[in-house]
Amino acid sequence: MLELKEVCFSVDTENGKKDILSGISLKIEDGFVAITGPNGGGKSTLAKITAGIIKPTSGKIFLDGEDITYLSVTERARKGISFAFQQPVRFKGITVNDIIRLSAGKEITVGEACDYLSKVGLCARDYIDREVNASLSGGELKRIEIASVLARGTKLSLFDEPEAGIDLWSFNNLINVFENMQETLGGSIIIISHQERILNIANKVAVISGGKLLAYGAKSDILPELLGATNASCSVLENAVKGDKR
Amino acid sequence: MNSTEKELLKIIADMEDIPAGAYNIRSNGALESRNSTEKVEIKDKTDKSGSDITVRANTKGETVHIPVIIDKGGFTDLVYNDFIIGDNADVTIMAGCGIHNCSDKQSGHDGIHTFFIGKNARVKYIERHYGDGDKSGKRVMNPTTVINIGENGYMEMETAQIKGIDDTTRITRASIEKGGTLVIHEKIMTNNTQHAATDFSVDLNGENSSANVVSRSVACDSSTQTFKSNINGNNLCSGHTECDAIIMDNAKVSAIPEINANHIDASLIHEAAIGKIAGEQLIKLMTLGLDEKQAEEEIINGFLK
Repeated sequence: MLELKEVCFSVDTENGKKDILSGISLKIEDGFVAITGPNGGGKSTLAKITAGIIKPTSGKIFLDGEDITYLSVTERARKGISFAFQQPVRFKGITVNDIIRLSAGKEITVGEACDYLSKVGLCARDYIDREVNASLSGGELKRIEIASVLARGTKLSLFDEPEAGIDLWSFNNLINVFENMQETLGGSIIIISHQERILNIANKVAVISGGKLLAYGAKSDILPELLGATNASCSVLENAVKGDKR
Repeated sequence: MNSTEKELLKIIADMEDIPAGAYNIRSNGALESRNSTEKVEIKDKTDKSGSDITVRANTKGETVHIPVIIDKGGFTDLVYNDFIIGDNADVTIMAGCGIHNCSDKQSGHDGIHTFFIGKNARVKYIERHYGDGDKSGKRVMNPTTVINIGENGYMEMETAQIKGIDDTTRITRASIEKGGTLVIHEKIMTNNTQHAATDFSVDLNGENSSANVVSRSVACDSSTQTFKSNINGNNLCSGHTECDAIIMDNAKVSAIPEINANHIDASLIHEAAIGKIAGEQLIKLMTLGLDEKQAEEEIINGFLK
């Protein structure tokens, strides 16, 4: 279980201090949680704080009751946090097979690599020897990124907008990947997403806007309000829009 | 052959046993063993130290091993090897040099390899350089490769300085005739106070000739590297040269690519990039559970793979 307690993050700007996250408190049990909200609302910052890439200005982070606030990226990864970047990193010389091998933490056979890659719609034979560099398309890189999280198989898997940059055809496959992920991975799966179809397969939905947690609850409670918001009185969206303008 | 020599052979030429096919093993400046085959003849030079390796026309699929090993401290070897590759042949040549220097005196190897590649012939040339030893004696290597590619000939050269060479000046000169192609992949790793200089010069003389010279290097500690590459387009031709270096610690790297178009239909490109390991690459690998040092090693190993 992941627990965030009063997590704040601020940066210094020319116009003074700017709050990116303002006292986010959130408990995420096992299961599938989607985090959504307007762009610039602090979702990716929250993910990076969870993975240890950014240190919070204040607040605490607990994983299964253990305070991990001051642990490094590596230590958190070893404790069972996986993170799929919104913009996957490119490497010269490191191959798809290397990334899957490092993710799995052991030598893997072509067959095992194939298991992970086929789940994200890639044929291992065509990809394992390819370098994870600019020769791969944005969509291919995203899928390899997701496969690396599958290969890690940790108790907390965090995906930052996995659908971004993926074409429609691949997106349909991706939905299947996430639908089956609960069985494949278990533990807590957190996906930052704007996609209704991804929100739809979540157990719970959190809405973050303007650096604040506006709503968090069962999908059945949150989603109707979010999706109906275009027509009229949606308190969540109204708050979100206000938050975005702050 | 002692265990040190066997180990060196394994590192530079993947040789654990006597290889199949033609070979010439040179140890501490003398012939250790040699084998010629029906299609590949290896003979001593008559005017200087070294061998003439002659591959008959139409020879296909043979691999020739020409390793040099030195484990005598304070010893310097100079050798000339000429490779005469017959028309339509298709062969692999594995060369390389390993120096084990457990003395306080400098050991060195200067290998001058000259290739004459016949019409339509193809050569894959693999060259590895390696040094080790725990005393203050330097390990120095100065390989020179002279390449002459005939009509529609092809040569691919993979040259790697694995580790342990204190000083090196690596010179490559190439002349390419009509329809000929040269591909070079160089990999260099330097650390401590080592210095590596590479100097490529390619003349694209023939119509539709082409060259691709790519160097990847990593410079650590206080080591220094200089990369020079010069491609001269003297006909309808295409040439590309690229230097990509990772710099670490207090190392220094210079890249001096040069392209000269001496013909209206010459198409030439040069690229050079030097920089430290990107922070996001380290972080990505750390999110997989590697610590910073392990992440750095993976990035370097991948880069020089």
